[in-house]
Amino acid sequence: MTINRILSIGILLSSIAILFTGCKPKGPQSVTTSGAAEKVYVAPGQYDEFYNIVSGGFNGQMSIYGLPSGRLFRIIPVFSVFPENGYGFSEESKAMLNTSHGFVPWDDLHHIALSQTNGEHDGRWAFGNANNTPRVGRVDMKTFRTVEILELPNSAGNHSSPFITENSEYIIAGTRFSVPMGENRDVPISSYKKNFKGTLSFISVNPQSGKMNLSFQLVTPGVNFDLSRAGKGPSHGWFFFSCYNTEQAYTLLEVNASQRDKDFILAVNWKKAEEYLKQGKGKKVSNVKYAHNFIDEKTDVATSEMLNEVMQLDIAELKDIAYFIPCPKSPHGCDTDPSGEYIVASGKLAATIPVFSFAKIQKAITDKAYDGDFNGIPIIKYEAALHGEVQKPGLGPLHTEFDASGNAYTSFFVSSEIVKWDVKSLKVLDRVHTYYSIGHLCVPGGPTKKPHGKYVIAYNKITKDRYLPTGPELAQSAQLYSIDGDKMQLLLDFPTVGEPHYAEAIPASLIAPNSTKFYKIEDNKHPYAAKGEKQTKVERKGNQVHVYMTAIRSHLTPDNIEGIKLGDEVYFHVTNLEQDWDVPHGFAVKGAANAEILIMPGETQTLKWKPDDVGVFPFYCTDFCSALHQEMQGYIRVSGTGSNVPITFSTGKIEEEPKGK
Amino acid sequence: MNHSLNSVNRILVAFCAVALASAFFTPLWQILMWAPQYPEGLEMKIWINNLTGNVKIISALNHYIGMRTIEVSMFPEFKYMIYIVGVIISIGLITALINKRWTLLMFFISLGAAGLGALIDFYMWGYDYGHNLNPDAPIKVPGMTYQPPLIGTKQLLNFTAFSGPDIGGWIFIAVAWIIFFVFIAEQFFLKPK
Repeated sequence: MTINRILSIGILLSSIAILFTGCKPKGPQSVTTSGAAEKVYVAPGQYDEFYNIVSGGFNGQMSIYGLPSGRLFRIIPVFSVFPENGYGFSEESKAMLNTSHGFVPWDDLHHIALSQTNGEHDGRWAFGNANNTPRVGRVDMKTFRTVEILELPNSAGNHSSPFITENSEYIIAGTRFSVPMGENRDVPISSYKKNFKGTLSFISVNPQSGKMNLSFQLVTPGVNFDLSRAGKGPSHGWFFFSCYNTEQAYTLLEVNASQRDKDFILAVNWKKAEEYLKQGKGKKVSNVKYAHNFIDEKTDVATSEMLNEVMQLDIAELKDIAYFIPCPKSPHGCDTDPSGEYIVASGKLAATIPVFSFAKIQKAITDKAYDGDFNGIPIIKYEAALHGEVQKPGLGPLHTEFDASGNAYTSFFVSSEIVKWDVKSLKVLDRVHTYYSIGHLCVPGGPTKKPHGKYVIAYNKITKDRYLPTGPELAQSAQLYSIDGDKMQLLLDFPTVGEPHYAEAIPASLIAPNSTKFYKIEDNKHPYAAKGEKQTKVERKGNQVHVYMTAIRSHLTPDNIEGIKLGDEVYFHVTNLEQDWDVPHGFAVKGAANAEILIMPGETQTLKWKPDDVGVFPFYCTDFCSALHQEMQGYIRVSGTGSNVPITFSTGKIEEEPKGK
Repeated sequence: MNHSLNSVNRILVAFCAVALASAFFTPLWQILMWAPQYPEGLEMKIWINNLTGNVKIISALNHYIGMRTIEVSMFPEFKYMIYIVGVIISIGLITALINKRWTLLMFFISLGAAGLGALIDFYMWGYDYGHNLNPDAPIKVPGMTYQPPLIGTKQLLNFTAFSGPDIGGWIFIAVAWIIFFVFIAEQFFLKPK
C-alpha cells in the first residue's frame, strides 16, 4: 500500500464521516425565523397587543403575560394563598379559600374561560377551575382579583371546567371522576358500575354582577368527563363533552380504560334541560354541602356561606337531552369551531381526528340513527354524525383552536407539534415543532365566534434544555408562532410559571382602559377602615385589640402603641390613605405567624397577630413606597397578662424620658 | 371722551363682555408638574372659586419639603373673585349699552388692573407659600425657600413645574388686548361723528 493510497482512503473515510454528521438531525436553534426579533419586540414604554391569561396548573393561580413579548406581568392567586399580596393570609381574604372541607390553601387550576357576549370576548371576567377540591373561581378583569369562588357538590376532579356559553349564560363543571353520591356513599370501589355516577354542573352567571349560582346538575352514567365546549351560533343551546373510561374501570385505567375502540362525545341539549326544569322535572337534593365565597365590593371583605341544596336532572331518565357519539380512543379535546357547526374531537391514542357536524347530529337524532344505547342514553351512529376525519395528522392529538379564516390548529403531545388544517376540507396545511410535547395551545379569541388570530402559542409539558438549567425544577416552556402567513413561524420561546394548561388571549384594548388604578377612599365601606388619621384608634374588646391604623407616605398612624397584654389577639386594620396610582403600602409586625399584608391605595387590609412574649415589637411598611420608606415604622408594647398599662397610641408625640425605670 | 363708539367696536365690546363670562365655567390658571415617576404629569387648575386636579397628590408630595397642604380655604380670593369679574363684565355691558368712550376706558382699566392685581396676588401667595416651610420637614430645601414659578417653568429636585394661563385666563388676556386695540382705534384713528 503506497502512502498515496493510505492518504486517499483516509480522505474518503473522513468525507463519509463528515457527510453523515451533516445528516444528523438539526437542533432547534436552526428553526428560528429571520426577522422574528422585531415581530416580538415591544419597545420600552410601548404596550403589548394582547393579554395572555394563562392557567397556572398545579400552582392554583392564573398568570398574565403580554403578547407578543411573552413578558410576565402579574400572577393572580385564585385557589392558592399568595405571599406576594397576602391573599389567603389577610383576614379579609381567608374566607375565599374556605370549602366544605375547611380552609384549603393550595389547589390545581387547569382551564381559563373568559366571559363572552354574543360569542365574543367582552373583557369582564376570567373563570378558572379548581381540579382537586372542585370549585370554579371568578376573576374581575378590572382589578385582576379573584372575587368569587363556588364549590361543586357531587363532583370529584373538576377537570371538564370551566367552559362558557356564548352569552356567559352558564359556566360548565363536569366531573372527571365518577363517584357514589347521595345517601349511599360508603360502598365498595368495585361497585363502580352500580353505584358511581358523573355530574355536569351548570353554573349560571348573573349578567350584571357576574355572581355565580349552581343552577342545576345533570346526573350521568359513571364515566370520566375530560373536556368540553359550548356550542355557538347554530349549536348555541348545546354543550359537548369528551368522555373516556366508558369501560367503567376503577383500577389501572392506563390499561383498563384504553380497551374500547371508541369512547364518546356527549352532546347535551341544555335548553331542553332548562325546559324540563321549568316543568318541575328536577329533583332537589339536599344531602350536599358546598361553599360559596365572594368578596363584598363595598367592604372588600370575603364571606363564605355553606349551601345544602342542588337541583338535579338524570339524563338517562329524560330521554331527549343527551346523546353519545362514538369517538376513537380516549378523546381529550372537544372543540367547536367559530361557526358552531363543527366539533373537533381528539382521541389521545387515535390516528385520525374525527370532526363531527352539528347539522348531521341533529339529522341523526331526527332519523333516530342510533347504534344502541349506553346506560340508557342513545348512541348516535358514528358515520351519521361525522363530517370527516383528518387523516395522518400526527401522534397524540390533544386540543384544537381556530383562526377566523377556517383553519384549525391542533396540538400533538406525542409528536410534539402543532398541525394546521382546513376545517371544511380536512386537509393538513402545515406543521411546526414545539419544544417539547405540547399540551394546550391558544389562538387569541380561538374559542369565540370571532377569533382575533395572529398568533398561536404552545404551552409545553417538557422543558429540558430550553433555558439555563435551574436544578431539577425547571420553568415551563412556551412558544409563540405567527399564523399570519400560510406557514406558521416560530417567533419566541418564553418561560412560564406553574404548569400552564389552557390559556386565552384577548386584545389589550378590551381590558386596559377599564383597569382600576386605585380604590376611592370615600367608597371604602370596610367596617374597620380609618379614612383619615383623625379616625385612627386602638380599641379593646375583651382579649381582642383592634388597631385602626392608617398608612401614608411616609408614616403609620399610630406608630406607638401600648397596653397590649400577653394573650391578646391584635388585629391591625391598616387603611392606605393614598389616592394616587401605584402607591401601595405593606405591613408586617415581628413574629406574626400569619405573614404580612399589602394594601392598595384606598383599601383596608387586616393582619392578625398574637404576641407570644412581653416586650416591644417593631412593625414597618414592607412596600418601598417613598424615599423615606425605611423611616415608615413603629413600635407596639406587649405587657404581662396581669399588667395595668393602659391602652395608649400616638404618632409624632414625644414624651419626656420617664424617670427611674 | 363723550363720543359714541364705532358700531363694529360696539359689537366687539359687547362680545368681549359676554366672553368674559367664560371665567365662570373654565379654569383660569394651571400649574403642571412632571417628574420621572410622573410621566403622565400632575396638574392643578385654578378656577374662579375653586381648585381642581391632583391637588391632594401635589400636597402629599409638597409635605416632604415642608409646604403646607393646599386647600381651597387658603385662598380668600375665591370668595370675592366672582364679584370682581362680575363688575368687570357689567362695565363692558354698560359700555356697549350707553356707547360712551369713557366707559370703554374704564372697561380697559378694570381689565388691566384685575389682570395685574391677580398676578401680584398670585406672586404674593407663592412667596408666602414658598417662604414658610416647616423647619421639621424631612427634606431641607437650600435656603429654606422654594417659590413656585409665577409664569413659565422652574425645576425643583425631581419636579419640573410650569405655571401659566388656562382657557379662561387666555380668554381674559385676549379680551384685554381686543379692548386695548378698540380703545386705541377709537382714540386715535376714528373721527368722532
